[in-house]
Amino acid sequence: MKILVIAEIHNGTLAEDQTSKTICAASELSTVDVLCASSNCDQAAKQLQSIEKVDTIKVIESELLSENLAESYSADLIELLKEYTHIFVPSSSFGKNLLPRIAGILDMMIVSDVSKIIETDTFERPIYAGNAIQRVQSKDKIKLVSIRTSNFNSAPSGGNAKIEKLSINIQNKISSWLENKVQDNDRPELTSAKVIVSGGRGVGSKENFAVIEKLADKLGAAVGASRAAVDSGFAPNDWQVGQTGKVVAPELYVAVGISGAIQHLAGMKDSKVIVAINKDEEAPIFQVADFGLVEDLFKAVPEIEKKL
Amino acid sequence: MKILVPVKRVLDYNVKAKVKADGSGVDLANVKMSMNPFDEIALEEAIRLKEKGVAEEIIAVSIGVQQNQETLRTALAMGADRAILIVASTDVNVDIEPLTVSNLLAAIVKKEDPKLILCGKQAIDNDFNATAQMLSAKLDWPQATFASEIDLDKDNCKVTREIDGGLQTIKINLPAVVSVDLRLNEPRYASLPNIMKAKRKPLEEMKPEDLAVDISPRLKILETKEPETRASGIIVENVDELVEKIKKNAGRN
Repeated sequence: MKILVIAEIHNGTLAEDQTSKTICAASELSTVDVLCASSNCDQAAKQLQSIEKVDTIKVIESELLSENLAESYSADLIELLKEYTHIFVPSSSFGKNLLPRIAGILDMMIVSDVSKIIETDTFERPIYAGNAIQRVQSKDKIKLVSIRTSNFNSAPSGGNAKIEKLSINIQNKISSWLENKVQDNDRPELTSAKVIVSGGRGVGSKENFAVIEKLADKLGAAVGASRAAVDSGFAPNDWQVGQTGKVVAPELYVAVGISGAIQHLAGMKDSKVIVAINKDEEAPIFQVADFGLVEDLFKAVPEIEKKL
Repeated sequence: MKILVPVKRVLDYNVKAKVKADGSGVDLANVKMSMNPFDEIALEEAIRLKEKGVAEEIIAVSIGVQQNQETLRTALAMGADRAILIVASTDVNVDIEPLTVSNLLAAIVKKEDPKLILCGKQAIDNDFNATAQMLSAKLDWPQATFASEIDLDKDNCKVTREIDGGLQTIKINLPAVVSVDLRLNEPRYASLPNIMKAKRKPLEEMKPEDLAVDISPRLKILETKEPETRASGIIVENVDELVEKIKKNAGRN
C-alpha cells in the first residue's frame, strides 16, 4: 500500500483545513506522501511537514499549476501518480474538478465524497443528497478517493516529513486561467467555520439578509443560505449550504427562516449543534434541530443579536 | 457547431429516496422519474446557443434502460434536434458508472464529432460529479466544470466557474467539455405543441456492443442503508432561553 494525498494549494497558499482533514482520513490506512503541485510551494510544504504520518512531501513547481487547471496534470505528472495504490483529495471544488479527470486518464473509477473509510478498498459515501449511505468496494488498481472533509478531524501535528523536489515537465496548451473573483470579507470560510448562521426563503429579500449577516458577525460566524434563498437572489451562490452547494459540519449551525428541504439538510445535518428559528412550527428543520424557537425571525434575530 | 448533451433519467428531485429494507438499494419501483436537473440546465444552455445562432444542431444522449426514451422525448420537446439512446441495462436499479458513461459518450463523440459537450455537473442519484471530467480526459479535451457563465467563441470558450469562496474565469480551447452549475440559467418547460412535434424527431437506439464498450462496473455496491438520524431536540419558549443555548455552544471562530 502506498498512499498519496494531493494537497489543495491555491497559488502557493495551502488550503490547510481541507488538506489536513484529507491527510487525517487517508492516514487511517497508512502513512502518506503528500503532493504539493503549485507555484511557490515552499510555505505550503513547510506547513505540511509537521503533520503526523506524512512521510514524504513531493514538490512540483510550475506556474501552470498555480490555479489548479486539471489539464496541467499532464502525462509526466500522471506517471508519478501511477506509483501509488491510493490517491486522496478533498472533496472541494478543487478535488471534484481534478480527481475524475485523473481517473479518466487512468481509466479507473473514483469513489467520491467518502464519509467513512472501512477498509483499504471499501468506503462509505452518501448518495441521493444524503438520504442513503452506500458502502462500495473498489476493484481498481489505484483507489481514487475524494474525502468529505466535514466528516473527519484535522490531522495532528508532530511529524517531520522529508521534502523532495521533483522536476517534472508540466504542459498545458488547451486551457488557461483568466481571473478569480473571491468574496473579500473577514468572515471565516464556510466549509471550515466553527459557527454558521444561514438564512432561507423566510428572510424575504437581499436587503433583509443583513439581519442574518449581523448575527453572524456578532458570533464570528460564516454566513450560509439555503438553495431557496440563493435561487430567489437573496444570497450569492457560494453561500449555498446543501447537496448542490457546500456540505458543512460546524460546532454550531443556526438556521433562520429555513424550512429544511431535504437538499438543505443533506448539507448541514452533521453539524454538532443545530439551532432553528422559524415561525412555522411544522417546518421540517425542527426535526433535526437540537434547539428550536417558533418565532418571527425579524423579531427574534435582532433580539438574540442584542443579548449575545 | 454541433453540441452534445448527455441526459440522465433519475428519481425526480421532489421525491424522497427510500432505502429498501434489504439494503439492496433505493426503491425505484413505481416512483416518478425525471431528467437530472443539472442536465436540464445543460440542455437549456445548448438551446439558447442554438437560438443565438451559435449552435446548429443539438444531440441529446441518454444511457440506461429502455424507459430513458421518455427522458429523451422531453429533451426533444425542450429543443434538442435528435436523440440517441444507449440501452445499457434492462434493470432500472442498475446504475451505469460515470467511467462507463464517459467511455460510451467518447464513442458517440467519435461518430458525431461535436465541438462542445454540455453536461450537468452531477447526477442527483449517485452524486458522483465525474462524467464531464472523465469524458474530457478520455477525449484529451479541456474541461470547464461548474459553469455559471459560458461565453462561446469560434475556437475557444470563456467559462466562469463556481469555486469554493467565489468565481474563477478560465479560457478553454474548443472542442471542450463543460459541466454546468445551478446559476447558469433557468430551464424552460416544453410547450404542448413542442411535445407533439418531439414525437416525430429522430431517436436512434443502440447498445454498448455496437460501440465496442465494456460496461462492467469497477465498484461493487456492498450495501445501501439509511443515514443515521439525529436525536430529536427541544423547542425553547423564548429568545432568552435560546440565547443561553447559543452561548453555551458557540465557541468563537
